[in-house]
Amino acid sequence: MLAIVAMLVKESIVFFQHVSLWEFLTDTQWTPLFDDAHYGILPLISGTVVSSVIALMVALPLGTIIAIYLSEFAPFSVREIAKPFLELLGGVPTVVYGYFALLFVTPLLQIIFPELPGFNLLSAGLVMGIMIIPYVSSMTEDAMRAVPMNLREGSYAMGATRFQTAIRVVMPAAFSGIAAAYILGISRAVGETMVVAIAAGMQPNLTWNPMEPAATITAYIVQVSLGDLPHGSIGYQTIFAAGLTLLLITLVFNIIGHVLRKRYREIY
Amino acid sequence: MIAGIFALMIAVLTFMALFVHMLIDGMPRLNWDFFTSFPSRRAESAGILSAWVGTTLVMLVTAVAAVPLGIGAGIYLEEYAPKNLFTEIIEINVTNLAGVPSIIYGLLALGLFVYQFSFGQSILSAGLALALLILPVVIVATREAIRAIPVSIREGAYALGATKWQTVSDHLLPYSSAGILTGIIIGLARAIGETAPIITIGALTFIAFLPPSPIKQDFPYISFEWLTAPFTVMPIQMFNWVSRPEEAFQLNAAAAGLVLVVMTLTMNGLAIYLRYRMRKNIKW
Amino acid sequence: MQNHTEQDAGGRIFKSEVKNLSFYYGEFNALKSINMVLHDKKITALIGPSGCGKSTFLRCFNRMHDLYSGNRYEGEIILYPDDVNILAHNVDPIEVRMRISMVFQKPNPFPKSIYENVAYGLRVRGIKQRAILDEKVESALRNSALWDEVKDRLHDLAFNLSGGQQQRLCIARALATDPEILLFDEPTSALDPIATASIEELITDLKSKVTILIVTHNMQQAARVSDYTAYMYLGELIEFNVTDTIFIKPKNKQTEDYITGRFG
Repeated sequence: MLAIVAMLVKESIVFFQHVSLWEFLTDTQWTPLFDDAHYGILPLISGTVVSSVIALMVALPLGTIIAIYLSEFAPFSVREIAKPFLELLGGVPTVVYGYFALLFVTPLLQIIFPELPGFNLLSAGLVMGIMIIPYVSSMTEDAMRAVPMNLREGSYAMGATRFQTAIRVVMPAAFSGIAAAYILGISRAVGETMVVAIAAGMQPNLTWNPMEPAATITAYIVQVSLGDLPHGSIGYQTIFAAGLTLLLITLVFNIIGHVLRKRYREIY
Repeated sequence: MIAGIFALMIAVLTFMALFVHMLIDGMPRLNWDFFTSFPSRRAESAGILSAWVGTTLVMLVTAVAAVPLGIGAGIYLEEYAPKNLFTEIIEINVTNLAGVPSIIYGLLALGLFVYQFSFGQSILSAGLALALLILPVVIVATREAIRAIPVSIREGAYALGATKWQTVSDHLLPYSSAGILTGIIIGLARAIGETAPIITIGALTFIAFLPPSPIKQDFPYISFEWLTAPFTVMPIQMFNWVSRPEEAFQLNAAAAGLVLVVMTLTMNGLAIYLRYRMRKNIKW
Repeated sequence: MQNHTEQDAGGRIFKSEVKNLSFYYGEFNALKSINMVLHDKKITALIGPSGCGKSTFLRCFNRMHDLYSGNRYEGEIILYPDDVNILAHNVDPIEVRMRISMVFQKPNPFPKSIYENVAYGLRVRGIKQRAILDEKVESALRNSALWDEVKDRLHDLAFNLSGGQQQRLCIARALATDPEILLFDEPTSALDPIATASIEELITDLKSKVTILIVTHNMQQAARVSDYTAYMYLGELIEFNVTDTIFIKPKNKQTEDYITGRFG
């Protein structure tokens, strides 16, 4: 972990000797490999944010619903089959999901939105969301199952329905675990690489429109790595600066998760 | 209730669609030649020979590096480490490492292994990068498996005069082996499918040759030349074919994807089965 | 180290002598200046209400507390005939455990075969010859009255035995290494009455071979099996005497209240 930070910081320092932090954060173009080089991280951030938001809009609700169903409603047999199945789903390589987004979901979406380009954030985000569901649902379910039975029984004894018990008693009691699951989901979405690199294109594009192609931070790193960039060149350093940005974002979420867990831990 | 089944169905149907789509596209390409041919400019004669050989060798390096290190670290943290600030920092680190995007590991490997240690864009660098990536998985699995062993077993061994190391090697390790193995398989399954870190260290995507053989005709019969050879792996090969505009290559991608999915699903399935059996067998 | 036998006025031989033993879990003072003896080849029972420190006291004898940090001993436990203080810093706890075995509250066989469970203590002591192992395993199983039940399935998993059999297996495991003292920590609390009776019978038989210290929450059990009884309360040794005296004519009011069930 320390090695990661040290490495990223070391290469990034060289980068920031060339490019001011101000330019990095405010320039609206990211074209480090052009003659007219611009080093504004914003287009990469916008791509990352849009694709992540779409993914989370899919993964968090669906993941939570599945978790509530499996933990509170599903008969034993369904749970015994569904849990390993979801786990298998989480094990499918991301590059396969990328293939799926580009060659299956995008053509499907183009039937509904004929003007949708071949590369777009929408399809990448949707598939990413499906991909993240197993992580969110399995951690959320674990958290809910850890809530002791007597809390539920107390609620039933008051005349509450299963649904009321799940929403009003079990979920609040499992809050810290559910928060951790969401945070992990966010980290996954922000750091996911192959789906966006394949399906959303690799052109940095400052846009908030999911119907457009755009590059994420991760996709940019892939794009540079695919080319032949000499060690020590400014292009080489940009991927470390981009990586550092990515790491900081995920770190912030991890810390929030840590704090939430500490703060809201219910003691049974 | 209905929403739950519906949500579950979305996940199931998506996966079915993915698998069926890949099956329709990829199945016709899956023949013996596909496995024994190098990639080619002509889609019909291209194969995944160099990719699956590369994947096998990279996994070998990953396993050799991550398994002993992960088990060792797990045992150390669980049994030997004093409870102080330093070990707490390490523990927080290990948990946080799981949340670090895999591409970041690629950047680390690029800076550290490829350039700092001059391993180059080689099988060795890739294997070590993936080893770092799955290290937390192995460590956490080891610790959980050891922690599941009741204190009474530990005390029983100590009461008979066993040393700490005897207790670890005669009892804790054997009794936690199924759990550790499950963790290793899950980790390796994840490593097999990882694409981003390998791209980052600069794996070539068009490799029409195999790394030097590890077995030699003459003394000393074993060679480690292959460690420094350039290579490609299954997910990279697939990525390469997906990004080609020609439809014929996309069929290859589907076929490579099928192989990849079958590999990872088999490994994950094995891990799930192992865990299921473990739960059934061991009742402390 | 000099070899001499310590004995009391009546000529009874001491196996061990506890001198001013105090024990701390961190800041908590769990045992307060205990003085007591273990008579050679006799059974001594420790009784008292839960939390009185009797298990803590027992676990001092094989230095089990060394496994966890923050624990501290004061005072001495002298082992005769060689006059060694087993709590001394220069005494390796493993040496102590080689001489003093322990049987736990819940049967805790290793998930290995019956044979390997009994042989483990010997293997730890570096014994590898098959003939010696076979012989010791058999005699330990005979001494724990288990041999006839398991001789045809020595290589079955120990988990397949019943609870009472598992506990006798744990006794065999502790006996195989010829310990000088055998510690029992409420050995029948997890067993049914029939298994309890067989374990009690076994413990009584064993005293011809080994000195026994047993913690029990069951006063009848102490009365049935032990020669000496110590009553503890809140980390202090209240009264220690021949079992009959403790149960029939206790000197201390507190002991009497506990024995007669007015308290605890």
